[in-house]
Amino acid sequence: MNIADIINPANLVYEKTKVMNDVPMHYCPGCSHGVVHKIVGEIIEEMGIQDKTIGVAPVGCAVFAYKYLDIDWQQAAHGRAPAVATGIKRLLPDRYVFTYQGDGDLAAIGTAETIHACNRGENIAIIFINNGIYGMTGGQMAPTTLKGMKSSTSPNGREVSLAGHPLNISELLAKLEGTCYVTRQAVHTVAAVKKCKRAIQKALENSMENKGTSIVEVVSTCSSGWKMTPADSNNWMVDNMFPEYPMGDLKNI
Amino acid sequence: MAKFKGAVVVNTERCKGCDLCVVACPYDVLSLSKDANSKGLNFSYMSTPDNCIGCMACATVCPDACITVYKVRNDQ
Repeated sequence: MNIADIINPANLVYEKTKVMNDVPMHYCPGCSHGVVHKIVGEIIEEMGIQDKTIGVAPVGCAVFAYKYLDIDWQQAAHGRAPAVATGIKRLLPDRYVFTYQGDGDLAAIGTAETIHACNRGENIAIIFINNGIYGMTGGQMAPTTLKGMKSSTSPNGREVSLAGHPLNISELLAKLEGTCYVTRQAVHTVAAVKKCKRAIQKALENSMENKGTSIVEVVSTCSSGWKMTPADSNNWMVDNMFPEYPMGDLKNI
Repeated sequence: MAKFKGAVVVNTERCKGCDLCVVACPYDVLSLSKDANSKGLNFSYMSTPDNCIGCMACATVCPDACITVYKVRNDQ
């Protein structure tokens, strides 16, 4: 059987989800954002909730998420996505509301909004992309930057005496009574992508069950900021990020 | 012989040549082309199409969702 016979709509097993718009994404080659966008789109398509989902986009590389996923979006000021999502969810409780935030957004400038939204137990899902640096602005040090990790503002590596310890915000949020589901995932392999997809689906489902806030942290790569190829970034993430940010559920009620 | 036979179609204009599909493919079907697309990026293509079983590993990890996968049973 030749390839021309196989490539036939009847034999189709995987194509880009219809929830994603047919536009090129601005992300760098190999960026984890693309994979997470894709799985969010697939979940929304599978759950059939395209008309009932509202995303809150952050400031950071994912600021243009509204261009790529064909759902309702609201843009929040830097770090304020959980506060904006709180308002949306309280006014429109029949909608699936999620925020999509990076580590600079969620763990630095938006720490107060994040912690208080989670402490109140708002019925929203938070997708937290943790790549250890401020990717969009040029790879500056973030609270999640690892000890000794080089960034554009810590060229000799992060010094704990000067910049403090890496902030493990998901473990902090897991201790709050308002959260119902806190998990840490990655998207570097096929198995990890599938696990991450199940986690995000569960977070969206939880948001409808009045259980509290769900947080899915996705430990990600930033090949441009880390100055590595995408494949090397994935290996570096496994070797260096995973010991500090171990995979798995931190809380699941 | 593998039970299934697959084929992938790469949207070469969208492919950014990140190499993740090449790494993810368990049967070494894909490689990066020496040709470039209009953005000057070396896109991915099936260098050994006979090995493809349509497992969707490449499409699952593709950040730009530019891979479409087709699969048939081998006895057809």
